[in-house]
Amino acid sequence: MTLTQQFVTIGVCVLGTMLTRFLPFLLFGSNRPTPKYVQYLGRMLPGAIFSMLVIYCLRSVQPLQYSYGLPQAIAIAVTVGLHLWKKQMLLSIAGGTVCYMLLIQFVF
Amino acid sequence: MPQTQPRISRALKCAFPHTIPIFAGFCFLGMTYGIYMKVSGFAFWYPMLMSLVIYGGSLEFVAVSMLLAPYAPMQAFLMTLMIQARHLFYGIALLDKFRGMAWKKPYLIFGMCDETFSINCTAEIPEDVDRGWFYFFVTLLNQIYWVLGATAGGLVGGLIRFNTEGLDFVMTAMFVVIFLEQWRKEKRHDSAAVGMAASVVCLAIFGADNFLIPTMVCILAVLTALRRPLEQKEADAQ
Repeated sequence: MTLTQQFVTIGVCVLGTMLTRFLPFLLFGSNRPTPKYVQYLGRMLPGAIFSMLVIYCLRSVQPLQYSYGLPQAIAIAVTVGLHLWKKQMLLSIAGGTVCYMLLIQFVF
Repeated sequence: MPQTQPRISRALKCAFPHTIPIFAGFCFLGMTYGIYMKVSGFAFWYPMLMSLVIYGGSLEFVAVSMLLAPYAPMQAFLMTLMIQARHLFYGIALLDKFRGMAWKKPYLIFGMCDETFSINCTAEIPEDVDRGWFYFFVTLLNQIYWVLGATAGGLVGGLIRFNTEGLDFVMTAMFVVIFLEQWRKEKRHDSAAVGMAASVVCLAIFGADNFLIPTMVCILAVLTALRRPLEQKEADAQ
């Protein structure tokens, strides 16, 4: 690829990304009232999105092969446990991550 | 305006703690990305430029292979839309929150990656903190972490040797915690259940590389089909 072709390729990535980020705001701009259906989606979607993002992070886990997703499962249990117990976001995240690192470096 | 300074610095002080996990995750992942570009034969300013203007982690990794493959801009564009389509959902969810953000709004939308969206969508911002500046600093700090990580990786890639295996789990842990926070905040969990079921089923059917778009289509279809009963339940819960 020439330098120009590289810049076009990068530019196309930028354009596509910005299209997906700006499109809802362009379609439902602040001058007109947002359609009721879109408002409904706006209220409902966050719940579904965070489920999707958690699964997205775990997409490469192979439950049928060693280590059967166990390090992830244990570390998530620790994260959830810490969070329900102390309700300190940073503590839960740090605890879960350290637990996972120890598990995959020394146990699994 | 004597009030401006404390207002801005208060928002920064309030936003920063929310971004600490992302600092860890982005410095690490950004650096991984920079190293990957370096070993793929690109100068450090490639990851620096790309992390600055594309600013979307998973796409930037894919873009490396696009740059190494024969020139195919249309294919790159379609691939980008597929990978980034989830931002459409983020935008719809933030339409109201970003209303009236004036000059900050274009940047807030530009920098709306998974992690920034998650914080801006769920954070409980105290009454005395300016929401616009809070969103702005979350977005800006996160992008700074990512660009610094990517640039550092491109510059010194491979020189750093300490065992960071598993550090990327910080992002998973963060999304789990944000999921819990969202769960605690919402009165009903129908949407979370729909999202979970759709993601798991689509992951099983379509595999790790192709399940996001079918998942989004399923979520939209189910939420649309159930609109009447779900809105009724919403109204009852008020």
